Amino acid sequence: MKVQRWTPMSKIFTGGTVVAALLLASVPLVFDPDVVQKLTTLLILMLLAVMWNALAGYGGLLSVGQQAFIGIGAYGTVFFADQGVSPYVAMLLATLLAGLISVPISLFALRLRAAQFAIGMWVIAEVISIIVRLDQNLGAGTGISLIQLNQYEPNFRQAYTFWLALAFAVIFLAALFFLLRSPLGASLQAIRDDEDAARSLGVRVVARKRLLFVLAGLGCGAAGVLIAANTLFIEPGSIFSVQWSAYMIFMVLVGGLGTFEGPILGAILLFAIQTTFTQGGPWYLVGLGATAALFALVLPRGLWGTVEERLGLRLLPVGYRVVKTKGEERAA
Amino acid sequence: MTFVNAVLQGIFLGAFYAVLACGLSIMFGVMRIINLAHGDIAVLGAYVVFFIVEHTGVSAFVAFAVALPVMILLGYVLQLTVLERSLKAGILTPLLATFGLSIVIQNLLQLTFSPDVHSLGSSAGLITTSSWQVTSGLSVSALGMVILVVAVVVFGALQLFLSRTRAGWMMRATAEDADAAELVGIDSRAVYARATAIAVAIAALGGLFLGIRSVFGPLSGPTQLIFAFEAVVIGGMGSLWGTLLGGLALGVAQTLGAQIHPQFAVMAGHLLFLAVLIVRFGGGRVVLRTGR
Repeated sequence: MKVQRWTPMSKIFTGGTVVAALLLASVPLVFDPDVVQKLTTLLILMLLAVMWNALAGYGGLLSVGQQAFIGIGAYGTVFFADQGVSPYVAMLLATLLAGLISVPISLFALRLRAAQFAIGMWVIAEVISIIVRLDQNLGAGTGISLIQLNQYEPNFRQAYTFWLALAFAVIFLAALFFLLRSPLGASLQAIRDDEDAARSLGVRVVARKRLLFVLAGLGCGAAGVLIAANTLFIEPGSIFSVQWSAYMIFMVLVGGLGTFEGPILGAILLFAIQTTFTQGGPWYLVGLGATAALFALVLPRGLWGTVEERLGLRLLPVGYRVVKTKGEERAA
Repeated sequence: MTFVNAVLQGIFLGAFYAVLACGLSIMFGVMRIINLAHGDIAVLGAYVVFFIVEHTGVSAFVAFAVALPVMILLGYVLQLTVLERSLKAGILTPLLATFGLSIVIQNLLQLTFSPDVHSLGSSAGLITTSSWQVTSGLSVSALGMVILVVAVVVFGALQLFLSRTRAGWMMRATAEDADAAELVGIDSRAVYARATAIAVAIAALGGLFLGIRSVFGPLSGPTQLIFAFEAVVIGGMGSLWGTLLGGLALGVAQTLGAQIHPQFAVMAGHLLFLAVLIVRFGGGRVVLRTGR
């Protein structure tokens, strides 16, 4: 018997992912700004799904309030840009701000469990939203434009935003990938599988969860930054909307909770649905809600989790697997 | 005097929150789950009442009496189709499933009734307009008194149900330890379904009060859920009378917050909720307690 991480298939696929990222980088040079903007949206969805999965799938932390960090990222960008910082520097600062604010929130939120955590996070998002609404400099309830980006020619602006989105997606995906493969990651996956058992084996559960929480704070903050850069206008009603949580839950549940590849698949699916039903509307949301509930009840491992289980596939390997060596197979 | 008046109005508002929160508290007490569609179910109740009023012209209270059996049935269906399944699958599944359900209800309401807001105020009769002027700065509205009395009656009736009836004993036994209750012959499935039916019925009552007090639309549910959950947590999760007190505390916090700044009303409630969570987070086992 031997323990194996890479399979030939996963090597090809991981290599393929790197190549795909490089190919994606050339998209703004080849395609229309319209396509570039759409693909930026896909990258934002992917980032959100991966971050929500990091929290819920590995940390067991079901948050209905990640829009708090999306909002901080978006409004942080406007705030720093208003202070006279270059807009792209403002975006980095806003991402860091979201990560920074997630630290004190984690001190309190991580002591809550299940529904208390879920709704506690939601209330925190509401509180931050109210604070933004009270601030006239941030446009209060009516919203505010990221006018500083208008100094760039639209096609270039769109390309810059896309590259930033790609960079963020790659950075956060890679960070999670290597985090999960490190010894730390083994303890995270242990928490995912059985929190009490992990604790009894000496895993520092709260510290590990804090790591995920701050990572998700940074990642959702980055997504908020990108949303502001992609739409150029934000208002508290939509940026702090619980709808973001609904999207994240849909993507992760359909793709596969607690799998690395699943949320990426979920994001692509949601993106495909969004581009097919462009007018959106209530029926589309009824479908999303019902699908998410059905997956939670009937197929809790999601599409990818089920495929992985049935076929033993690991495309982006973050775990180990036990395989029989040739001799053992013959003996069996 | 404005302070006393604010507290009084807060108690009336809080009684409404307590009614909203009651069902959430029951379901948590019996099954340890939080139904994230609870607010939407309350709003659905308001819509059912509104539908009956629109088509028959009866008073909102009569319409509620007609709507009640529908909502109770809905509670059973909800339990048997969604919740029972999710209960077996770990602590996150009920949250995920009811969150999906919440989105479904909101958007089905939007499709059926348009995104416009409605009110039941005009169909509730004189009650919405009458009030007693106690002194110059202090007035007691008839509606506030009615909701407060109904809230106390609802919680009192639940107390009696849990402490005096056979079905109530079975519910408490199941809440305490479902497996042990099964051993002595209690069908926990039936108990859970009954608990959910009661919870949905009281949520609909909350919806009725929401509609009479102010306006509601298809997307009003999440806000009601947050207020209801805040009331449950402030009062202590798993405690029935605590939920009544939690609702009152939330209401008073909101009206006092509004004294500082109108936009600070909801914020004050949130801050009270977060403060309570910080002080008593997490701790220990929670079971359905009655006042005995």
